[in-house]
Amino acid sequence: MDATTHSHATPETHHDEHGHEHHELGFWRKYVFSTDHKVIGIQYGISGLLFLFFGFCLMMLMRWQLAYPGQALPLIGNALGHFFGPGSMPDGKMTPEFYNSLGAMHGTIMIFAGVVPIAFAAFGNFVVPLQIGAPDMTFPKVNAASYWAFVVGAIIMLVSFFVPGGAAKGGWTSYTPLGVIADTGPNFHPFFNGQTLWLLGFIFLITSSLLGAINFITTIIQLRAPGLTWMRLPFFVWAQFVTAFLLLLAFPPLEAAVIMQFMDRVASTSFFMPTGLVVNGAPLYISGGGSPLLWQHLFWFLGHPEVYVLILPGMGIVAEIIANNSRKPLWGYKSLVFAALVLGFLSFIVWAHHMWLTGMGSAVSAFFQTTTLIISIPSVIILSAFFISLWGGSIRFTVPMLFATAFLPMFGIGGLTGIPLAFNSADLYLHDTYYVIAHFHYIVAPGTIFALFAGIYYWFPKATGRMMNDFWGKVHFWPSFVCMNVIFLPMFLQGMLGMHRRWYDGGQGWNVSGEHIWGLTGFQWNTPISIAAWVMGLAQIPFIINFFHSIWKGRKVENDNPWDATTLEWTAPSPPGHGNFIKAPVAYRGPYEYSLPRRGKDYTMQNEPIEASEMTVAHPAREPVLRA
Amino acid sequence: MEIPYTVSARRDTGLWNAKVGIWLFLASEVMLFGGLFSAYIFLRLDAAPGDWPHGLLNVPVGTMNTAILIASSVTVVLAWAALKMRDLTKYRIYMAITILCGVIFLVVKLAYEWPQKFDHFGAFIKEDALEKYEPYLGNKHLLEKDLPPRKEITGHLHNKEALKDPNIKEYEMALDPVYADPTNSKMDRPHFWPMPATDKIATIEKSDVKYATMFLPKHSAYFASYFTITGLHGAHVLGGVLVFCYMMLPASTRIYRHNPEHLANRVEVAGLFWHFVDLVWIFVFPLFYLL
Repeated sequence: MDATTHSHATPETHHDEHGHEHHELGFWRKYVFSTDHKVIGIQYGISGLLFLFFGFCLMMLMRWQLAYPGQALPLIGNALGHFFGPGSMPDGKMTPEFYNSLGAMHGTIMIFAGVVPIAFAAFGNFVVPLQIGAPDMTFPKVNAASYWAFVVGAIIMLVSFFVPGGAAKGGWTSYTPLGVIADTGPNFHPFFNGQTLWLLGFIFLITSSLLGAINFITTIIQLRAPGLTWMRLPFFVWAQFVTAFLLLLAFPPLEAAVIMQFMDRVASTSFFMPTGLVVNGAPLYISGGGSPLLWQHLFWFLGHPEVYVLILPGMGIVAEIIANNSRKPLWGYKSLVFAALVLGFLSFIVWAHHMWLTGMGSAVSAFFQTTTLIISIPSVIILSAFFISLWGGSIRFTVPMLFATAFLPMFGIGGLTGIPLAFNSADLYLHDTYYVIAHFHYIVAPGTIFALFAGIYYWFPKATGRMMNDFWGKVHFWPSFVCMNVIFLPMFLQGMLGMHRRWYDGGQGWNVSGEHIWGLTGFQWNTPISIAAWVMGLAQIPFIINFFHSIWKGRKVENDNPWDATTLEWTAPSPPGHGNFIKAPVAYRGPYEYSLPRRGKDYTMQNEPIEASEMTVAHPAREPVLRA
Repeated sequence: MEIPYTVSARRDTGLWNAKVGIWLFLASEVMLFGGLFSAYIFLRLDAAPGDWPHGLLNVPVGTMNTAILIASSVTVVLAWAALKMRDLTKYRIYMAITILCGVIFLVVKLAYEWPQKFDHFGAFIKEDALEKYEPYLGNKHLLEKDLPPRKEITGHLHNKEALKDPNIKEYEMALDPVYADPTNSKMDRPHFWPMPATDKIATIEKSDVKYATMFLPKHSAYFASYFTITGLHGAHVLGGVLVFCYMMLPASTRIYRHNPEHLANRVEVAGLFWHFVDLVWIFVFPLFYLL
């Protein structure tokens, strides 16, 4: 028997099942402990957005200290001091320890509790099964387990702010031996201290990503609709597929490293503690024999693929939106797919470019410089293909398209400014300066996060059946776009002046040097940057209101395909019921068939059969390919 | 709604879902243990001559555990084959043997091997005091033979309170055979059969000791990696045993009655995991016990 036929229920029976299950599931099973990929996707999305906002708030606090070091934060400073407990902001003035906590937790929360859960888990969960025409993920229970592991991990991270001594202070990289000796001593609980909880939370977050990655890959391999061959997959699915492999293979070595640092802290082992280490003038009573460099290798073995975990889903979202809004096929689909695959592979052999300052030796450096420069090629292929896709299109500047087009130059700036960092010689100067901060934030903040906003505006009607408001979307976009650049462009200048990224006093010494850029010293540039950061915080308010208002009061969509898109998710009802499709879809064509000649409309959905006229004129060699 | 290909294979991939899933999971497990094993290699290559201990583990017991684990990998295949032949009784017998093997392995590891180590003591001697303890260390003899020096004296600690109490100035211990007779050529290399501590008592002054501890993870980079890796491996054995137990429960029998292939697939997936756990041990055993 054909294995596919038993899954293709007729519309009638499908509908019955659908209604039947709705009766069985109570509120908790349906909306909280759900195994439905769409609910889990939305759960991931909303929790991720909350963490994104929380992480951004940590940064807005830091920006006060950087612009006005040592001054009391007006209005809310006192209240925050009470909220975060003694040692955080007495009388509204930030302590160095608290500043370090904010820095470490900003990075950790933004990446692991904000961007990855939204870019990979939320969009991947909600969109991928719909785009491949599947009823759900292959392992729905594993999927729910993944979400709840994430919640536990993220809550442990949050709780760590309120233990004695505050949250982890060792930076998001938690370099050793600092990571092992930090938060120890008489003022800290041996287990419930910031750094140990950070490690514990991390184990849960990693587990969550691993479960998600296994599920995504299996789903994409196994549950593609009949006719949806590999080269007919939307680019977003490909991007998620590669991302899942990166998480699957890069995260476990970090899990091993986290376990080892955990052992170092809890069982007093010396995995990362060298022989003869002296702390506060006294030699540590430990066995020694460990290697601090080992941590860096294991950390960056994840850390670099993680960069592509952050950007690839963003690229996938942008690809969908650009094709849809320029009303023409994505240019170079195959090159994009192979570029993403090559990118994924190369990202595993570039990690040591984060470690130029460790003195690894010139042979190792030469190897990693070469691979790092090679990896820019697939990135440039992807970006170029997106730009060429715009060429000659009849572009609609909808809100998702605004964010998607803004992504292109922003990612471009972020990528190109990375090239000096790839060179050992240039990086020795720029390492750990604000230049690095500006470089990777251009990729992640106006890059990935803009792509995430684009995706939210784009798929919102599919998730809710209602559109988000266009006007308030633009009110959200323009200030965010301007502020992002006011924040990060000057940081390149600060970095080139040599300002270090981790200084508590914001680099006041640069007032003394007398060097000015456009009339301001390196330190004085902190003020416009901070103001832009706070204005950008305000600019998110229209989004938050728009988001929640539109869930209940937004304009209802007229049909299931409000953007006149081509991919399979737009053939499902909005919002899709349990099981997604009323009739299991079959794909007959590629993902971006816009503006095909001899058709009445400018888009042709993947489930529309090939017509005889197309076969003879537009695609002479084409035959409908149907595979289960 | 029903998710397709949970039991029967998809035609173009030739696989059912869980089989894809388990191989991906095993790939991530390879990277997890790969990270730990590469840490082992990194630390061991970094260790100065004489800093990496040898012959501290019980090789015969380790060999026995290896055999037990390999045997269980065979019986789990036989259990799967019995299901494929629709012989539920045989399946249960083989599955029970598999579980038994897993439990014996864990008991030997956690109730015998680990506690034995926790009860063993080692004191690393300061560089400038090595000469003083030469009668126990026999480094001149080793130097003549071009063997790495001994920097630690091990044995059974008599006054355990010395580890905590700063007022006690010395460790009193029954020496391991190597340190009781250090110039005997038979002691140059580790033995297959472990030898108990001798009745020769040594007193080591704390002021001569750089670092002293029981054989706990904090003892050395060697024991740190040994306990971390075998601990994580043990957790995997425990996980496998629990899954196998679930497959013996009435809930699984009901799945068998409903669709025997479904249970066979589950056993196959769990069996693949079990083989992987076995394979990890095949690396652990030589790296820690023999090399």
